[in-house]
Amino acid sequence: MKRFIARHVAGLPKSGIRDFFEIVSKMKDVISLGIGEPDFDTPWHIREAAIYALEKGKTHYTSNLGLLELRRAIAAYVERNYSLGYRPDDEILVTVGVSEAIDLALRALLNPGDKVLYHQPCYVSYHPGVALAHGVAIPVPTRSDDGFALNAADLEAAWQPGCKVLMMNFPCNPTGGTSDPARLEKIARFAVEKDLIVLSDEIYSELVYENPHTSIAVFPGMRERTIFLHGFSKAFAMTGFRIGYACGPSQLVDAMMKVHQYSMLCAPILSQEAALEALIRGEDGVKSMREQYLRRRDLVVGRLRAAGLPCHAPGGAFYVFPSVAPTGLSDRDFAYGLLESQRVAVIPGGAFGDNGRGFVRASFATGYDQLVEACDRIERFVNAATPCSAPSSS
Amino acid sequence: MNPVLKLLTEGVHLTTAQMAQAAGISESEVSQHLEQLRKDRVFLGWRPVLDLSRESDAAVRAVIEVKITPERGGGFNRLAERLSRFDEVESCYLMSGAYDLLIFVSGPSLQKVAGFVSEKLSTLEGVLSTSTHFMLRSYKEGSFLMEVPSQETDRLKVSP
Repeated sequence: MKRFIARHVAGLPKSGIRDFFEIVSKMKDVISLGIGEPDFDTPWHIREAAIYALEKGKTHYTSNLGLLELRRAIAAYVERNYSLGYRPDDEILVTVGVSEAIDLALRALLNPGDKVLYHQPCYVSYHPGVALAHGVAIPVPTRSDDGFALNAADLEAAWQPGCKVLMMNFPCNPTGGTSDPARLEKIARFAVEKDLIVLSDEIYSELVYENPHTSIAVFPGMRERTIFLHGFSKAFAMTGFRIGYACGPSQLVDAMMKVHQYSMLCAPILSQEAALEALIRGEDGVKSMREQYLRRRDLVVGRLRAAGLPCHAPGGAFYVFPSVAPTGLSDRDFAYGLLESQRVAVIPGGAFGDNGRGFVRASFATGYDQLVEACDRIERFVNAATPCSAPSSS
Repeated sequence: MNPVLKLLTEGVHLTTAQMAQAAGISESEVSQHLEQLRKDRVFLGWRPVLDLSRESDAAVRAVIEVKITPERGGGFNRLAERLSRFDEVESCYLMSGAYDLLIFVSGPSLQKVAGFVSEKLSTLEGVLSTSTHFMLRSYKEGSFLMEVPSQETDRLKVSP
């Protein structure tokens, strides 16, 4: 049957996470730090709003762009939290999660062969998303000693003629890396100079710990070339609702809307109703979840470092991305070994691109007690795996 | 807010070592904070939250609305504090509205609780009337839901 599969689909690598999922799901008593979603259930008032909407018979299509009331609430939320003004009428599109928004943007923007810069390690769908839109993805490295921030100098080095789009995700899944305003400003200048459209996936932007989040769209010349992507999955613990949005200049949003209207029609109305409730009354819940994530982050970073794994303190999201180099194991062998001998699941960094090799992603979106136990187990595993000859101070 | 008090209000049971790690202070500082909170009568003690509905010898519980006569100089306090001293009384609140005190009581049997009300409570001077409501079933206790499927969620064990 293989000959029937489109070349650009057949050529996609299988997600490294998928293999791992198959193994973990068959094992018992595993503490999984491999989960890319909040462990909190959606706050009750948001779930109740969806139930209420269902009871009231809200079971129909909505406008392609999404409910106007929701778009208005999004506009107010984005203005208040990101200092970005978008018109609800034609500059905001409600999507089925940020994942759909990314797909729409890439399909709306790319001609076959157009090039897309993206930082790596990065979210698993970026490279395949570009390939599915017949584009060419060009990775730009980010580094552990730099907190996995993106530098304009690395973008300059990677840039090639034909680059049209820059995709960014800060705070970043899988690294927890963030980008400070000084770096963003340089990236913004680079984007203007090279005439790039920036897809800025800011899905984790409510979950930042030390420094406030800044969107690249606020810098001079950027609003007109940025598509701001955001959603409800992480901040409001609404992954299963599959609801997100894109904000940008009306012509770009209109192009994305065309693809959306012919492929998806609209985001599910119940999810839109729940999202509206989240924006109106959900912000206190976000604050309390963030406080708990911060406490867990400090625990995990401290314990991993004590165990001898170099680990930067992520400025956002709920992932740590420690190096496993001191054990002498590859990221894959480390992850499989840890799972086999200690029943703790982490994701090999290679699943997030070649620049992730030598690292693993551990999510701290898991209860505190479980994290303590997982850290104990990781410590035991590292102690057993680390070659005795290697001095611990190195 | 005192960092230890903040952790306590979240109601998660942590050891002092875990509290120290969570609050970013030393274990001895946690102990000092706890000691001070006890001294200030802010932190009164621990009680586990239990679902005893399947235990055959579980206590019978009731809420009692009590009307009392306020007194010059002390209002409701003297009588409320006196009632609160009974072991049967779990909680006692001064309320606005149709009655004055709301009392949560428990006892080994319906007769024992009824006896407490008729013999101890309603016979006190100053108590004008009582209205007793026995609890039939608990749905939520101390922020815990009683009927939760199981903690094993259907979250995927690995996801991007």
